[in-house]
Amino acid sequence: MRQHKLGLCKAHFLEWIPQQTQRFIEKYQMFGRDERILIAVSGGKDSLSLWDVLNRLGYHADGLYINLGIDDGTNYSAQSQRLSESFAESHDLHLHSVAIETLEGYSVPEASRLTLRGKGRPCSVCGLTKRHIMNRVAREQQYDVIVTGHNLDDEAAVLFGNTINWAVGYLERQNPVLEARSGLVRKAKPFFRFYERETAAYALLRGIEYIYDECPHAAGAKSIYYKEVLNSMEAKRPGTKLAFFLSFLRAKESGIFANGHTDDRSELRNCQSCGQPTTAPDICAYCRTWEQIRNRQSRIVDERRI
Amino acid sequence: MPVSIALRDIVYEVRAGMTARDALKKIDILPESVLITRNGELITEDEILKEDEQIRLIAVISGGSDRKTPGQVGKNP
Repeated sequence: MRQHKLGLCKAHFLEWIPQQTQRFIEKYQMFGRDERILIAVSGGKDSLSLWDVLNRLGYHADGLYINLGIDDGTNYSAQSQRLSESFAESHDLHLHSVAIETLEGYSVPEASRLTLRGKGRPCSVCGLTKRHIMNRVAREQQYDVIVTGHNLDDEAAVLFGNTINWAVGYLERQNPVLEARSGLVRKAKPFFRFYERETAAYALLRGIEYIYDECPHAAGAKSIYYKEVLNSMEAKRPGTKLAFFLSFLRAKESGIFANGHTDDRSELRNCQSCGQPTTAPDICAYCRTWEQIRNRQSRIVDERRI
Repeated sequence: MPVSIALRDIVYEVRAGMTARDALKKIDILPESVLITRNGELITEDEILKEDEQIRLIAVISGGSDRKTPGQVGKNP
């Protein structure tokens, strides 16, 4: 770990990751030991490693797997669900599973073909759907906090993309902890200071079986390009990614956005359809999008009949 | 005998005697984007690669973002 000027053997590395995770949980006041945690599990290295670490640290964390119906000849969703279930079973942990096809009638790839959202790419519908379901399940099942496996490379890539576009609203919102407000459950990212390489090494050394293949829709994603750019910088100057993100957090703390947007504080109302919080005047983006998808499909069926 | 380095379906060959870091440089792979394994065990970038050895690289970059960046549609959660 050149960014820390630190080299550890297997045994010490496997101790170091949980110790550091505990330090970050406390430092950023993510959650306490008596709180109920819902961890979003994808079957990937980050979320399964995080679940493993939280369990070892003695936290009560249940999993939530969302089957998005992504197959495209790769069986991606089926495989990731199997790996998530198998991890939960072998560690005696509770996993909630939600299948979007059962819930809304269509898989995410099908839905993305029936909506303008995301311009044909499923990532936008996918993100919207995951955020909505995570919050819904957390509220219904009375969890105090939702945790995700986002690592430093994820955070630095989002920061990079938002910085080169000066997207102030998104920059203001990016944080390792998003506090609860008006029906939105608190969110935390306990792995946000680990490099992606470290979480992958943890999974490998701990013997965690995770889905190695990338989501078939990830090819060409901007986030991957930004990660590659940042990795080129990291290779020349170790520590660049960590310094980039931590300096950003310090700049925010010192009030860089004090006179800027108030995006994060925009008023939330209850969606008139599902009751979940939204900044929209009536119907939330999730309900609007899925309504649009169903209407579009009905029109297609009607046109075929004619 | 060369050293073979596999990343997913692609197999590269480099000469023995160089460090793993130099081998990655030679085949144009950023060390930050992979873990290096020999017989299933992680090795560090400064290990010398030996003749006839089989190295497997594990890609660590994941992505395909649903995170909010400009250009995406919709502002309301």
